[in-house]
Amino acid sequence: MTINLQTVQQADITNTRSYLHNLLAIRATEKGMQWLDQKLEQVSKAGAAKDFYLAFSAAPRFMGKSTLDPTEEELAAAAELREGFYPANWTVDQTARSLLLLSLPQLDKEAFLEKVNMLFNTADMGELVALYASLPLLPYPEAFADRAAEGIRTNMSNVLEAVTLENPYPADFLSEGAWNQLVLKTLFVGKSLYRIYGLERRANQALANTLSDYAHERWAAGRPVTPELWRTVGPFIDDNILNDIRQLFEHPDEIQHEAAALACSQSNHAGAEELLNQHPHLKEKIKSGSLTWDTVGKKAYV
Amino acid sequence: MFLDPHIHMTSRTTDDYERMRQAGIVAIIEPAFWLGQPRTEPGSFKDYFSSLVGWERFRASQFGIKHYCTIGLNSKEANNEALAEQVMELLPLFVCKEGVVGVGEIGYDDQTPAEDKYYRLQLELAKEVNMPVQIHTPHRDKKSGTIRSMEVCLEHGIEPGMVIVDHNNEETVKDTLDRGFWAAFTIYPHSKMGNERMVEIVKQYGTERIMINSAADWGISDPLSVPKTASLMLERGISEADVRMVCYQNALTAFGQSGQIQESDWLESTSVDQREKFSNNSVLRGGQAPKVGEVESSGDLPSNIVR
Repeated sequence: MTINLQTVQQADITNTRSYLHNLLAIRATEKGMQWLDQKLEQVSKAGAAKDFYLAFSAAPRFMGKSTLDPTEEELAAAAELREGFYPANWTVDQTARSLLLLSLPQLDKEAFLEKVNMLFNTADMGELVALYASLPLLPYPEAFADRAAEGIRTNMSNVLEAVTLENPYPADFLSEGAWNQLVLKTLFVGKSLYRIYGLERRANQALANTLSDYAHERWAAGRPVTPELWRTVGPFIDDNILNDIRQLFEHPDEIQHEAAALACSQSNHAGAEELLNQHPHLKEKIKSGSLTWDTVGKKAYV
Repeated sequence: MFLDPHIHMTSRTTDDYERMRQAGIVAIIEPAFWLGQPRTEPGSFKDYFSSLVGWERFRASQFGIKHYCTIGLNSKEANNEALAEQVMELLPLFVCKEGVVGVGEIGYDDQTPAEDKYYRLQLELAKEVNMPVQIHTPHRDKKSGTIRSMEVCLEHGIEPGMVIVDHNNEETVKDTLDRGFWAAFTIYPHSKMGNERMVEIVKQYGTERIMINSAADWGISDPLSVPKTASLMLERGISEADVRMVCYQNALTAFGQSGQIQESDWLESTSVDQREKFSNNSVLRGGQAPKVGEVESSGDLPSNIVR
């Protein structure tokens, strides 16, 4: 599949830098900010690999590791900078590391990529979280698609979350195969789909078929299937998948019916419309907006 | 409660981890060293350093032991200059990572010009990032090599209080303590120190700036050297407070200057969950039942003597 780069946003680096700096300035200690400002200056001027690596790894020592807890206004400003950028779960040290990354000289593409790749190759867990969560903000974003696909293979749960959840990079840059792995892996490790950015936009027939297979496998083993699984299946309902949806409506849990109804509401298949008409109260809730995939996701995850 | 500030766990088994925890070891420091034969590629160092801050740390945690490390280019491999240059470029990536408590183990082996060059460069790096230094002193020409190691530190403006001089013996201890450095003793069977001699050293020199370790590695060595020596010291009339100083507190104070190791790290989390996984890899293999919960310590050791 080819990705239409026209639709992809590239954050303005200067604005992003000052945004991150402002987040830190009102949260870190004065001493921490002094250290950071000195390092930022050093890194942006000379771009010496050694200074950069030392500062990147030492960030928690000087900045602390507390959570960022951004305000609603700050989160709204993040989305203005880069669609889908949502640092709600970031930490102070992680933010400082992102800022250091964005302060590297960028005109020489090879030199920039070499340093970032070296960091990825030698990173500990906290560093990987910062690196993956920074992907949507970095220049030359197309150069990191394989790296993001590698991140999906990790079994360190906080690293996986940094790649998959509230991160707009995968939806914008991953190939269809890698994207589908991301969705499957998220389900597989029991994380919630509603925190994945761009899920609807990247829905596809191959993913819908694989999800249906996965549901069959879980049913055969007598294991529960999260109602969120059907979130990206609706537009691809065919005769086979319609049988799955029928089964959902027969499930004892109401939340499974809600998922079935939502999937039907996204389909043009005549059978799906018919099924939805048999559940007028759910159809009405969908119409009024009180039943959405997000409400199902939040309910399912609790 | 013991801290072994020098042990090469990458060459030890899970049985060792289990026995160490049962004997009361709560935390260990693994200095970066050679692997018994010289490496030929910088990538081998990169992956070795990564394993010290990654998988080995995770493996230790599965047995209720907190794992820290020091990062450096050891003296033996400093003699391959082409390789050493490339390893020096890797060090800034690792020395400030979380849980890295110093630059080490560095120093002299044959005391060649190449060893001297990379020892000095690493002292400068430690000074730049304000980290403790863990020094390996040579087996051959030990006394003058130990003194030289310290003189070079002073020449580079490093505070003696930031330097742990390892593998001391009766012949070097006075020089080390008189200069204000930390004196570490390795209780290693057949070479270095036996622990009966160690008891005498503590009786003579007291406990200030003295610590002991096992330096257990891929050779015939004993990962229980620290708890065994502690028992022997108690048996031979050294007070519990003094034993605590040389088997725990002094190492904590010395390496604590990195800001990366503190008592709360293990006091606040003593429970183990072997169901956790790191990169899809568990320390459990097929059919083993995971241990979950508090770890019990017992001081029972078959024999306390290491000669």
